[in-house]
Amino acid sequence: MTSRTAALLSNDLVYASMAIFALAFLAHAIEVAWSVKAPVKGSNKTKLDFNRTARAGRIGSAMMILAFLLLFVGVVLRGISADRVPWGNMYEFSITGALAFTAAYLFVLKKYELRWLGLPVSISVLLTLGTAVTILYVPSAPLVPALKSIWLTIHVSTAIISGGVFLLANCIAAAYLIIEKYEKSTGRPRWAIKLPTLEVLDTLSYRLVALVFPLWTFSVIAGAIWAEAAWGRYWGWDPKETWAFITWVAYAAYLHARVTVGWRGRKAAWLCLFAGSTFLFNYVYINIWGTGKHTYSGL
Amino acid sequence: MSTYLDSRSFLRWGWRQLTSMRTALILLLLLGVAAIPGSLFPQRTQNPMQVRQYFIDNPELAPWLDRLKLFEVFSSPWFSAIYLLLFISLIGCVLPRSIDHAKNIFAKPPLTPKYLDRMEHFTEIKKVDLDLVEAYLRKKHYRIRRDSNSISAEKGYLRESGNLLFHLSLVLILIAVGVGSLFGMRGDSIINVGERFVNTPTSYDSVGFGKYQSESTLKPFSITATKFVATYDPATNAPIDYELTVKVAYPFGGTERSEVIKVNQPLSFGSTNVYLQANGYSPTVIVRDKSGKVVFDGPTTFLPQDGNLTSIGSIKVPDMSPQIGFVSSFLPTADRDEIRGGFSSYPEVLDPRLLFAVWKGDLGLNTGVPQSVYRIDTSEMERIGLKALVLNETYDFGEGSITFTGWKSWVNLQIVDDPGKGFALLGAILAILGLLISLFTRQRRVWIKQGRKTQVAGLAKNGIPGLEEEIAALIKGVSNDK
Ligand code: HEM
Repeated sequence: MTSRTAALLSNDLVYASMAIFALAFLAHAIEVAWSVKAPVKGSNKTKLDFNRTARAGRIGSAMMILAFLLLFVGVVLRGISADRVPWGNMYEFSITGALAFTAAYLFVLKKYELRWLGLPVSISVLLTLGTAVTILYVPSAPLVPALKSIWLTIHVSTAIISGGVFLLANCIAAAYLIIEKYEKSTGRPRWAIKLPTLEVLDTLSYRLVALVFPLWTFSVIAGAIWAEAAWGRYWGWDPKETWAFITWVAYAAYLHARVTVGWRGRKAAWLCLFAGSTFLFNYVYINIWGTGKHTYSGL
Repeated sequence: MSTYLDSRSFLRWGWRQLTSMRTALILLLLLGVAAIPGSLFPQRTQNPMQVRQYFIDNPELAPWLDRLKLFEVFSSPWFSAIYLLLFISLIGCVLPRSIDHAKNIFAKPPLTPKYLDRMEHFTEIKKVDLDLVEAYLRKKHYRIRRDSNSISAEKGYLRESGNLLFHLSLVLILIAVGVGSLFGMRGDSIINVGERFVNTPTSYDSVGFGKYQSESTLKPFSITATKFVATYDPATNAPIDYELTVKVAYPFGGTERSEVIKVNQPLSFGSTNVYLQANGYSPTVIVRDKSGKVVFDGPTTFLPQDGNLTSIGSIKVPDMSPQIGFVSSFLPTADRDEIRGGFSSYPEVLDPRLLFAVWKGDLGLNTGVPQSVYRIDTSEMERIGLKALVLNETYDFGEGSITFTGWKSWVNLQIVDDPGKGFALLGAILAILGLLISLFTRQRRVWIKQGRKTQVAGLAKNGIPGLEEEIAALIKGVSNDK
């Protein structure tokens, strides 16, 4: 296969996976929406019938897996076409990031009753891929010399995986906050009946963070090692480095708050959201409007 | 006396506050927030030009921001205060815990609590033989305290060890950063291919030493640039690879060996690294005066302006009277359009052109005001000619002539000595190791007590899951009715 065919095929696969993600989104939406039954006359209780829609949910999950596989091959082909790892610019960060995010979701889906997360996950992946193919797309090309390093592979791949898991933890923390708000006032809304209890959501987002915090630490260190080789200093407070530091400190604070000060529930969820948004900010802001040595995005 | 006691108890109170968990959390969050302005405002150490531009664009605001040290956040007193407090708190917290932990390693688990039914995972089972329980727990690597009618067992001390290792490694990293900035140096030197760089202070175009590092500690090496190859992608003009071949002598005058420096591949002399940072072209010219005597012969470093290495520079000839200066640009692959005039359309030298304006008068070299080597102050000068030369072409400007004879590549060598970086790396590795140990080890206790029935209970630190299954397995493992 020539590199040109690989690049074209990769594009097609990314588009195909977007279509399947859209179907997955629909299926999950159907599962959530159609589970609601009208209230029984003369009673203010509503009963939910999930059997009717469980099938839609299962189809949604199957679509997610299929879309994941298509995207996976698309990302690999992108790498083959450029003869390097597929994360040299914003377009490639985005499609690989979306892949990691979906992988993290499928991973927890296997362990917990979390199919409902498919709704926010599929819509976020769609938005990410949509921006990638429209605004961020650049043709496949070799890397500039500064990016040619084994540490690029290590640093960026671990950063993308960490990011995927951090964002998933954020989704769960956000779900926690929303549901908690409902439960305080009117009780758990119908669409959320099947979701895990607040305690489970709370520990789940914590566990995801605890799981990838060492990986994120490693990613920052790998970045420092690479910077030492490429720019003559391992840490220079470049905007991107500064925000990586901020994210790291924010998650360290989050772990501290949980483990030593005993924060749980709402406070912890807010802190988790804050830490996650520093990661997102770094990704979006610094790549697009930032200055400094890390702006390879070509925008 | 009483005030003495008061101030002492106040100090003790203050110390307890500083080393408390809540303070650690607040300081951590503060550290994160305090770093934010460092990314929003241009920083002097990274981007002095942008800082100057900020002062020009915001003449009212900038001095105020400067007073708050917002252009040098990471060396500002308030940022330093936060991280120093954090690390004092860290040491104050971790040292006592390390001592406790070291004692605990050799101690037995704590006594079995009196009322087990208040603990988590409490169950009562049919009476079992404590010897059997002890044997079972030993096989599972619990440490055990056996009393007459109870067993207290604990597992997972490694968690605390990992946690302490992690925190202590952070201190090591901080020390390493300090060592690097106090005992290190960093400098730049531009040399043309064919020239030799000798590592002495005068060879540098710019150099900065840490507080405790001085010129005398520079490592005695010399580097001769023998060949520089830049490869570009013909489709996009983007650089693909830079490779600098050098001959190295270490110490001075020793036998020379051949080495290659690339962008991600510095050359090392102990803790000193030599990096290939930038490159460009130095056009060479011969300037003759009216009598035909050569007054200038050689390369002049030009500064690249874009990806295709359109370069600008100035050739100064002070040895003519009146003095002559050429405000000039070099195009490796010449091209023209209406808007930009002459520019380069490819970074390699395919069709070189030297464009210049000739100025006659006082170059201002003796005024004592430092001058850029790339520019000429033409305020005291008169323009007498304008020309674009192809290779080996000569132009007569009345006062003399100039011949464009060729070009050389120049490279910018960055030389950095950071004696702390090895410790920083060690600290980073230990920190990750400690983190992994502490986050993935589960610390838990199990108690068994004989009464009318056998009571079993457990406690998992931080409510880590999995203890329930473990206790169930224990009960199953020691019950007689298997
Ligand atoms: C540079 C500042 C600090 C950072 C980045 C940091 C980071 C962390 C992280 C990521 C954890 C969770 C992982 C683990 O359990 O090992 C943790 C736990 C902990 N930290 Fe820190 N920390 C810092 C300062 C402090 C200070 C100042 C104290 C004491 C006042 C402290 C005491 C603790 C304790 C007691 C734990 C939990 C131990 C446990 O029960 O597992 N840390 N820290």
